[in-house]
Amino acid sequence: MLKFDDKQYKLKVGLAEMLKGGVIMDVINAEQAKIAEDAGACAVMALERVPSDIRADGGVARMADPDVIEDIKRSVTIPVMAKCRIGHFVEAQVLEALEVDFVDESEVLTPADNMYHVNKWQFKVPFVCGCRNLGEALRRISEGAAMIRTKGEAGTGDVSEAVKHLREINSVMKALTIMSDEELFGAAKEHQVSIELIKIVSKTGNLPVPNFAAGGVATPADAALCMQLGAEAVFVGSGIFKADNPEKRAKAIVDATTHYKNARQITESSRGLGQAMKGIQVASIADEHLLHTR
Amino acid sequence: MTLSKNISVGVLALQGDYEAHKKQLQSLAVKAVEVRLESDLKNLDALIIPGGETTTMDKLINRFELRQPLINFCRSKPVFGICAGLILLSKKIEDNQSEVEPLGLLDIDVLRNGYGRQVFSFEDEININLGNGKSQMAATFIRAPKITRIGESVKVLGEFKNEPVLVSQNNVLASSFHTELGQDTSLLGYFLKTFAAG
Repeated sequence: MLKFDDKQYKLKVGLAEMLKGGVIMDVINAEQAKIAEDAGACAVMALERVPSDIRADGGVARMADPDVIEDIKRSVTIPVMAKCRIGHFVEAQVLEALEVDFVDESEVLTPADNMYHVNKWQFKVPFVCGCRNLGEALRRISEGAAMIRTKGEAGTGDVSEAVKHLREINSVMKALTIMSDEELFGAAKEHQVSIELIKIVSKTGNLPVPNFAAGGVATPADAALCMQLGAEAVFVGSGIFKADNPEKRAKAIVDATTHYKNARQITESSRGLGQAMKGIQVASIADEHLLHTR
Repeated sequence: MTLSKNISVGVLALQGDYEAHKKQLQSLAVKAVEVRLESDLKNLDALIIPGGETTTMDKLINRFELRQPLINFCRSKPVFGICAGLILLSKKIEDNQSEVEPLGLLDIDVLRNGYGRQVFSFEDEININLGNGKSQMAATFIRAPKITRIGESVKVLGEFKNEPVLVSQNNVLASSFHTELGQDTSLLGYFLKTFAAG
C-alpha cells in the first residue's frame, strides 16, 4: 500500500526537504506575502483569515479565494502553500488546479468530513498535515502526506501545545528504536497504524517525511525552541501579522530559526520587537473551541 | 575513491536541505561543517551551497554579512552549488522579480523555476560525461532553474533534452538538479575527487 518509491511521492518529499531550516508564514494577501518574502520566509501559506481571527470571529473557515491565491503567487518567488478543509478533496482539487506548491489539509479550517481525510496519493501537489502524536502522523503519511507538522494550538500565541506534540512524537519514536519485533506489533496496534510504517520509524528513529512545527509560535525564541526540540522548520500563523511590527518580527523569527542553536544570535533577534500578539492561554480555552482535537 | 579523509567540507546552512548533504558527506567519511557565519568558513577545504529557497538564502547572506566572505572563499576553494546553489553562483538571473543578487562566480545566466512550479517537478535520466565517457544518471528536478546562457569557459558536464544541467568552470561545479535526496553519492564523489582532492 505504501508507495514511498513512487517517483511522484519522492518529488513531493523533495520539496519538503528544500523548505527545511526555514519559516513558513501565514498571509492573507499579496502585501503580506511580500513582507514575508522580504523577511526571508521560505514559503507563504495563503488563507482567508489568520487563525486568531478565525478563533475570534467564529463561523465556518474555508479555503481562500482563488483570486487572492493567484495574487499572492504573482507577488512572490518563494513557494506558495494554501489550506483546504480536512477531507475537502474538491478544495484540494481547486488548489492543485491553481498550481499551489503545497496543500495544508488543516484543522485550522472547519472540517468538511468528520470521518475521512483526503486521499492524498491521488494528487500531484504535495500535502502537509497536522498531528498531535505519532499515530496521527503515521496515519496521515499512510494517506500520502509528504510533510508532517505539529498541530499545536493555532491562533493562541501559546507555544505549549506545539511543544507537547513535538515531545510526544519524539519520545514515542525513541522508544520504538529499542523495541523487539513483538513489541513493534503491539505498538502498531496501539497507534493504529501499519506494522510497515512502525518498522520504518523503529529503524531510523524518525518520521519518513520532514517533521515541522506549527501552532502558537509568536517569538524568535519560540521558533528556536521548536527547532531545538527536533522540528526541521517552523510555521508561523497569527504570530507575525498580529504583532506590533510584523516586518521586524518576521525577520527576527527567520534569523532565530537559521541560528537556532546560537543563543547569542537568538538574543540579538529578540531585541526591540515591540509587543508580540497578545495571545490566549491554551489552558483557558473550553474544549469545544480547541482546534487541535479536530 | 582515493581521497584524503582529513578534508573538511562546509555546507551553507542558512536554509534548505543542508542535512541531506551532510549525511552524504558523512557516508563518504568526510567531515561536514555547517556554515552560518563568516567564522564557520575558517579551515574549510571546500563548500557546498545546497538546494533550498534562493530568495531566503540571498536575504540571509546579506543580513549575516556573508556575501564578500563567500565570494572570497569560492574564488580560491572548490565549491559545488545545487539548484538554489547554482542560481546563487550564477552571473545573472533572468526575470529577477525578487532582486536576488547572485555571487557571480559562474559565467551562466539562469531562469528560476524554468520548468515550472512544484506540480511540474520531475525525475528523469540525464546524460553526463565526467571525463570517463558518456553515461546516464537519475536526476531530481524540484522547481528547478534552467541555464539559459553559458560563457565560453564554462564546461557542460551533463545535459537533459540537449540543455545544460551540470556545468563547471575552474573550481566551481553546479547542477540544476538534486542527487543528494537518495543514496547516489557519485556526483558528490566526483566533486570531492576532481575538485577538492588536488
